[in-house]
Amino acid sequence: MSTEVPLLNVQIDGVWLQFPKGTKVIDACSQAGKFIPRYCYHPKLSIPGNCRMCLIEMGMPKMTPDRKPVLGADGRPEIGWIPRPQISCAQDIAEGMGVRTNSPMVQECRKGVMEFLLINHPLDCPICDQAGECRLQEFSVEYGNASSRFLERKVKKPKNVELGPRVTLDAERCVLCSRCIRFMKEVAKDDVLGFVDRGGFSTIACHPDKTLESNYSLNTVDICPVGALTSTDFRFKMRVWFLKETKSIDVNDGLGCNILIGSREGKIYRITPRENNDVNGNWIPDSHRLNFKYIQAENRLAHPTVAGNEAHWKVAIAEATASLKGAGKLALVLSARLTNEEIYLAKRLASALGITVMDVVPRVGEPDGILIPADRNPNTTGAQTLGVTGKTPGARLKEIQDGIRKGTIGGLLCLGEDLLECGFTHDDLVKLKSLVASSILPNATTAAAHVVLPGAAFAEKRGSMVNIRGRLQRLNKAVEPAASARDDWEFLADLLAAAGATHALTSIEDVFRSMAQDEHAFAGLNLGKIGDLGLQLLPEVAGVNV
Amino acid sequence: MAYTVRRPNLTFWEKIYLPNIVAGLAITFKHLRKMLQGETKVVMQYPEEKWDAHLPEYYRGAPTLVTDEHGRERCVSCQLCEFICPPRAITITPGELASDSKFAKVEKAPKAFEIDMSRCIYCGLCEEVCPEQAIYLRKDYAVTGENRADMVHHKDKLYELGGTMPGLVHKWNPEK
Repeated sequence: MSTEVPLLNVQIDGVWLQFPKGTKVIDACSQAGKFIPRYCYHPKLSIPGNCRMCLIEMGMPKMTPDRKPVLGADGRPEIGWIPRPQISCAQDIAEGMGVRTNSPMVQECRKGVMEFLLINHPLDCPICDQAGECRLQEFSVEYGNASSRFLERKVKKPKNVELGPRVTLDAERCVLCSRCIRFMKEVAKDDVLGFVDRGGFSTIACHPDKTLESNYSLNTVDICPVGALTSTDFRFKMRVWFLKETKSIDVNDGLGCNILIGSREGKIYRITPRENNDVNGNWIPDSHRLNFKYIQAENRLAHPTVAGNEAHWKVAIAEATASLKGAGKLALVLSARLTNEEIYLAKRLASALGITVMDVVPRVGEPDGILIPADRNPNTTGAQTLGVTGKTPGARLKEIQDGIRKGTIGGLLCLGEDLLECGFTHDDLVKLKSLVASSILPNATTAAAHVVLPGAAFAEKRGSMVNIRGRLQRLNKAVEPAASARDDWEFLADLLAAAGATHALTSIEDVFRSMAQDEHAFAGLNLGKIGDLGLQLLPEVAGVNV
Repeated sequence: MAYTVRRPNLTFWEKIYLPNIVAGLAITFKHLRKMLQGETKVVMQYPEEKWDAHLPEYYRGAPTLVTDEHGRERCVSCQLCEFICPPRAITITPGELASDSKFAKVEKAPKAFEIDMSRCIYCGLCEEVCPEQAIYLRKDYAVTGENRADMVHHKDKLYELGGTMPGLVHKWNPEK
């Protein structure tokens, strides 16, 4: 907090507190531990003040005729209470302001607002996907009436409307808070939603010639306080109270949006964004959040194979090391989707096997100017920091390819990549005396590899990554790896031991500790110190802005 | 704290013990006589004879699913019973009703509904928690099977056991 922002005295429920100038009354109350219910207010969006749920009683200091505040017996200003309720979201705090968050008038107001909001509500919680994380349910219990007094016919509105390819609308559940409209206009910059019709018939609708197809459309589902907007992908899949939410990060691009992985009994059902104002704010692109189905794909590599036959891990590790050692000069191609720990172990393995030629596979796309940067690898910066690639990732891939074609490179270790996608041909792979590949899904490289080691996907392992802005962030494990697949660091440690290097790595913490000793960028850190929101590892790099 | 136990003051007849033994034996022999003469009956020849007609209204037998008089399966797969079930006997796979269905307004119905009767403890919490009046504990108590798979009641079996229950709340009335 810069010292230039003056602190103002505000009385909240009889207690005088200080808040920086410019704080909204609703936020000041929350900070004071007095939660104000709200539907339309969202700290990242503009303030329309249309849901009326955050009504409070407010007052300003009484003034003498010469404009001096009247002081009470305690030396504090005496407050003249405004005789009607005010909305706390559209009101900045002021010096000497008084707020009552739970007076009889406020309670009566909330009760009334809840009753109005529920008049045309279908009360279909048993089939509504929002049930369990629905503000309307929560506030109805907390502030509403136990039963309805409404005897008339409810207004019919469109139900089960496809607003876009990924969002379904149930207009009867909508409380017209306009969060989705404001999000699409202000954050996604694709102003397709709006209100149509008037009064009780007012409803959310999409522009007639357009659909809600922005790559950020599913964020409207997250911010919808009720079940009006629901995710078509998650629709009727699982009730939210069953989901175990694991804090992790997204691995689809270099930013590493903070996410929550919702899983139940080893199956992932949805991914939602997690607030981190230094990285992704409250948002995440749809393409990223829906990209988890491959983890549960039928064709996941489930067992290690040697020459195409299923093998025990011990056999596969021994065979991999033996075949690489007997293949002459070796090279290493690794993925910038691996965690720092895995890259670090791969680097140690490379030195144990005498590999000097190594690089990562670059992956670039068009940046979208909101949250998706050009670099689509989540840990390029980590790979650079650990020194397995240079300033231009992928610059040495050509050298490896030439080496194979000339016959100087006889063996290749490929971690988490498909070589055919980065310029190698099938003939190159066949030419190799030894090809050891690790992967999650089968691909052309695993088909040609002598030994295949099935690894773990991002939701199945712990570890850390460095994003394009130099921020170190942590992955957490939500589900177990498929069948016999193993955490990548485990088989890398086994390969390291088989290659003759002695180590005492028995857990991911050990690997990080060892990395912190060897790599000075990580000195003094451990997995616990990274924290849920990550920490700045390298000097801040200006990148995409939220 | 220690306290003194006062022994009862026995009369002379109580002290000599015999009269009570005689009285007790008299009762025993009275019951023996009634049994031999067939006046009382204590053994019921289950399963040939059954007590089913005497089961009380509140009897908690196997949980079942019911349909209403309109032929609609009342369960909307909200999974509250799955959540509340103490031994985790219930597994529901939610599904979506086709938009051309007669009951399309309900939108949701279970694709699969399994109750593992080898786990069920007949507590009745599923019936109590159901917001749709869809699951009821009926009077079936003889649930048998030759293996674990047999003990799982699938959706068809549950509706077969539950049958139709008329007169329940008409909640999904399209007029409402």
